[in-house]
Amino acid sequence: MNFLGNTLLELKDISKTYGENQVLNKVSFAVEKGEILCLLGENGAGKSTLMNILFGMPVIHSTGGFSGEVYLDGQLIDINTPEKAMEYGIGMVHQEFMLIPGYTVAENIKLNREILKDNPFSRVFGKDFKTLDMKTMNKDARTALDKLEIGIDEISKVDGLPVGYMQFVEIAREIDKKNIKVLVFDEPTAVLTESEADNLIKAMKFLANQGIAIIFITHRLDEVIACSQHVVILRDGGLVASKKTSDTNTVELAELMVGRKIEKLVSKEEGRDVEHAEVILSMKDFKVGMPGELVKGVNLDVRRGEILGIAGLAGQGKIGIANGLMGLFPAKGEVILNGMPLVLNNPMASLKRRLAFVSEDRKGVGLLLDEPIDLNIAITSMQVKNDFLKRILFMNQMDTVRIRKHAKEMVKLFDIRCTGTDQNTRRLSGGNQQKVCLARAITLDPEILMVSEPTRGIDIGAKKLVLDTLIDLNREKNMTIIMTSSELGELRSICDRIAIVSEGKLVGILKPEDHDAKYGLFMSGNTDIPVEVQ
Amino acid sequence: MKDKLSHLIKNIGIPRITIVTLLIVIYIAAYYLGLNVPSLFSDNLVRMGMNGILVLAMVPGILSGTGLNFGLPLGVICGIIGGLISIEFHVTGLLGLLLAIIVSIPLSVITGYLYGLLLNRVKGSEMMVGTYVGFSVVSLMCIAWLVMPFKSDAIRWPIGDGLRTTITLTGYYDKVLDRFLAFPIGGVEVPTGLLLFFFFMCYMMYLFLRSKTGLAMVATGSSNKFAKASGINVDKSRLISTVISTALGAIGILVYAQSYGFFQLYTAPLMMAFGAVAAILLGGASAHNAKIVHVILGVFIFQGLLLAALPVANVIFPQGNLSEVMRVVVQYGIILYALTKAGGGH
Amino acid sequence: MKQKIKNLLIQNVVTIVFVALCVGGIIASEQPLPFIVKELITRIGRNSFLVLALIVPVIAGMGLNFGIVIGAMAAQIVMIFLISFGATGFGGFMLAMVLSTPLAAFFGYLIGKVLNKTIGQEMITSMIIGFFANGLYQLLFLFLIGTIIPIGNEAYLIPGGVGIVNTIDLKGNLMYALDGLWMMKLPLVFMITGVICTVLLLIKQFMGKKELTKAQSKLGYVRIGMGVSIFAVGIILNVTTNIYKFFDIPLVTAFFIALIAIFNIAIFKTKMGHDFRTVGQDMHIAHVSGVNVAKRRILSIVISTVLAAWGQIIFLQNLGTLNTYGSHVQISTFAIAAILIGGASVTKATVGQALLGVVLFHTLFIVSPMAGKNLFGNAQVGEYFRTFIAYGVIGLSLGLHAWKTFTQKQNKDKIDLE
Repeated sequence: MNFLGNTLLELKDISKTYGENQVLNKVSFAVEKGEILCLLGENGAGKSTLMNILFGMPVIHSTGGFSGEVYLDGQLIDINTPEKAMEYGIGMVHQEFMLIPGYTVAENIKLNREILKDNPFSRVFGKDFKTLDMKTMNKDARTALDKLEIGIDEISKVDGLPVGYMQFVEIAREIDKKNIKVLVFDEPTAVLTESEADNLIKAMKFLANQGIAIIFITHRLDEVIACSQHVVILRDGGLVASKKTSDTNTVELAELMVGRKIEKLVSKEEGRDVEHAEVILSMKDFKVGMPGELVKGVNLDVRRGEILGIAGLAGQGKIGIANGLMGLFPAKGEVILNGMPLVLNNPMASLKRRLAFVSEDRKGVGLLLDEPIDLNIAITSMQVKNDFLKRILFMNQMDTVRIRKHAKEMVKLFDIRCTGTDQNTRRLSGGNQQKVCLARAITLDPEILMVSEPTRGIDIGAKKLVLDTLIDLNREKNMTIIMTSSELGELRSICDRIAIVSEGKLVGILKPEDHDAKYGLFMSGNTDIPVEVQ
Repeated sequence: MKDKLSHLIKNIGIPRITIVTLLIVIYIAAYYLGLNVPSLFSDNLVRMGMNGILVLAMVPGILSGTGLNFGLPLGVICGIIGGLISIEFHVTGLLGLLLAIIVSIPLSVITGYLYGLLLNRVKGSEMMVGTYVGFSVVSLMCIAWLVMPFKSDAIRWPIGDGLRTTITLTGYYDKVLDRFLAFPIGGVEVPTGLLLFFFFMCYMMYLFLRSKTGLAMVATGSSNKFAKASGINVDKSRLISTVISTALGAIGILVYAQSYGFFQLYTAPLMMAFGAVAAILLGGASAHNAKIVHVILGVFIFQGLLLAALPVANVIFPQGNLSEVMRVVVQYGIILYALTKAGGGH
Repeated sequence: MKQKIKNLLIQNVVTIVFVALCVGGIIASEQPLPFIVKELITRIGRNSFLVLALIVPVIAGMGLNFGIVIGAMAAQIVMIFLISFGATGFGGFMLAMVLSTPLAAFFGYLIGKVLNKTIGQEMITSMIIGFFANGLYQLLFLFLIGTIIPIGNEAYLIPGGVGIVNTIDLKGNLMYALDGLWMMKLPLVFMITGVICTVLLLIKQFMGKKELTKAQSKLGYVRIGMGVSIFAVGIILNVTTNIYKFFDIPLVTAFFIALIAIFNIAIFKTKMGHDFRTVGQDMHIAHVSGVNVAKRRILSIVISTVLAAWGQIIFLQNLGTLNTYGSHVQISTFAIAAILIGGASVTKATVGQALLGVVLFHTLFIVSPMAGKNLFGNAQVGEYFRTFIAYGVIGLSLGLHAWKTFTQKQNKDKIDLE
């Protein structure tokens, strides 16, 4: 049934800034009763922030709140805690399950909403002493599960269930909350098999038929077309389109998701022919077990002297490739570097073969926050190449003079804003921290430099400097650069080729000037490219 | 100005400020009560040298991320065994002490290695596991002391079974370091040998921390992920730190015993780790960060407090051992404070 | 079936080893069995309550509560003051129980607050709090009594006027205040217990509202059989000539222990207990679901501390001597060692494990000195051995748990690369 014209939830001019960073800019749309709305967008488009606002999550309110209004059933509501959101009937099925493995399905469904009955003690000492009415709880759970047509036993423990079923327990929990009006699904099909995903969509449609509004966050364009009535596309914090699904198609959606003006920083130079350079690094059936960024079998050749970009949506595996090559996460497969196999799962081996890595996890992996800049820059070279050491009798000691001198050069080269090379890196701004990480990688004098999210959280000026530096290194030292980034724009501005990764596999390799829609489709995992877009 | 002051206070911590103030107050009180302040200061220096290396043993563990080494008793027992062997072979003087150290080093290295392997398997629970491994080994050794085949009269009970509870070092290496090149100055008796040895060990640690392996250890403790990404073997770094810590524990108890004049067997080593932990924390270290200056400052303040408090307290409370009670309160209080600071509260 | 037995053995390896140790110890000590049984009965009555106090924090995810020593200290503070003011008998005992409750609850609240600041390191923190509090306790009783705080009876002061004496004799005031209320001979206890159990089980089997499955029915008959056997043992003890028929069982004490045992089972059927379990299972999910995690954690420690205080009062009234500065010191270690020997762990503890642990631990405690003398010619060996057992079992349990936790964490992140 279609309750057209029956607006249930309306978001008006929602904006949010984190510090100076504007993550949402006057986003407005409405969802109707019984409608399935798909929320589409690249990484950083603002989807998670929008959902956090809808749920009254503490992270929003502890960073200055948001501006704009939320209306439910025509009434202005103020959602400032998750409890409030629940009271209003807004529920969410999370991507990482909020289930307690040691509890039964019924106990999980009724978590902190247990049905209680009185006993002599509770009459004297208060409601804390009321006993759990397991019988009624099990009955309610059974009802919710039956509504979803799931044959799970409500008294079996959750840790015995297959992953696909766990999602359904989460859904059952939400619909057991009798007042549920809006249900948000955050990338639910990411961990499901195809048939489980079909079951899920069937369940969603069933719920919509009951009048519940569904907001479905996904990046699989086929799913969008298959089950939604309404599509909202976010890009860079702003709403670019709000359409009836029947009025659009995957190509248009892909284009809207991705499209932006490319500002190419480099033009085709004379004598630069990387297309036919020899292969320096070759990956065959490369798999990496990086939680959240699984690589499920990538075949990719890297050419000497090129700047290769790796793009893809969040959680699709692009980050896992470089991490796997550096041995930071378990990896499998065949990797040939300069004609010889690369020993995997061994950071020292990768470093000794002249691979260097600037991690996306700047503070966790990239820096010793409570040590000075000069040590941060020198220490990896010290450990790998015994550089920056001097021998005294039978011991080696750090060569503070050389370390300081080298750091000073790097500060100048990268324009690192600091009070001195002895300043602790914790005190530096994000951009300057990134420069220190880059400096450390360069100090290793690598043959292949891998950078992951190099300009994330950095101001415009520093962004340009980092990108310019990468180009310089590539042109002047013939350093092969593998750049993984969520920002298609910067990839298209400096890369020679861009590989797109989706669902842990390589979908295809594009040129910077290729059509926007092609990028969108590849990133959503679609390889059927309509002719007009080739 | 007020901002800077409050920031400074927050960094140093109220407990530390309270205790340093207490120490200053006690020294002043001692002066006004007519107590012999220079002699107090001499004793303070002796106590500092005596306990210093045991406190130094805390540094590697803190820096490598293994945490406060509550398993110090393991190293202490290795040291005691080395010391007893030296007595058994009737080696006296500085040579006796040297022999004790040489024997206890391989023993403590092996023990530290095994202990380190265990700690690598229980990451996150090192403090608890370390404490109880320490307790278990000490109580097991209680049985061992009863049956160990030492023959020396100084070590065995004259009648009955087993080793003595307290073994006197007079005639062996009692105070050999303390008296070495000792000289008086302004009423203060300076235990030169003792202090030289302590500062020498501190200097060795300082040099180590600036070596390739030492820096790898510091990196490991600062960020496991960074260390791994720099090709450092995190488990190996932790292992090395535990071995060094245990060895320092062994050397530390030998220096302690020669200054004290006695070896104490059976249950004495049980709580030794806590004193060393408290001292380094008092000196400004935390569960994740320690500098050598923390060791020196901490052991001076802690020992000074206990030393000076006794005579002063005895004037106010003629009976009872207020100093001992104060030691318990201060020692565990500062450890508790450090735990809450390092803790992951919501 | 073979696999099932194998699994059962591995799960309970610690308990099995200790049963073997106990049997070996009993034989080696060459002590007469009746002596051991009598001592054991006394010790069970004396220590069970304290060990049962450990259960709630384990379920709530706080680990083993080394802070129960502070509950014991609260009890002793109250007892010393009451005795000095002349309290005696059951009335004095109940007064001690009542007055120690708010004090122990307050201490428990403070401990809970501190533990909330050291999430993940609760056990080492509670251990250090115990040592710290002991220092404050000594400060109170060595220096503040007689100077700032008055005491009812000067006889309890150290000559000099400041500080409480080391040993306080409870004979004549609180000794056996609870035990002495109602003692019954052993055979009669068996008979009555047997009858009550059998009757209750018969009611459950034949007049219950629920339909029983075949397996449940079979189990019911087995249990009824056990009830009848207990009754039979009682009869046999009564009619034959033996020494056991003269043993006394303190019934009211047993009743108190039974009450707390039932409490520890029933509480988890309430909202409060269920919340404890939820917090213990997963703090993050509990928090996101709206459970007040901080408050629940504090409450679990408050309950444990109060129970420990009560347990210490029961302990001391049986022991008959209050060592002002020593009675409480090893309480945590021994109680925790006992429950671990019974099969509990850092994350799991049941009433059955607590009681079994008390039996095994204290049997070992009784026989060790003589076993040591007979095996090694030195009773000291036996005494040191039992301390080693206590520390060793805790160390082993902590180590195994930490290893398991660490391995689980690694496996969680490990992904199958096929």
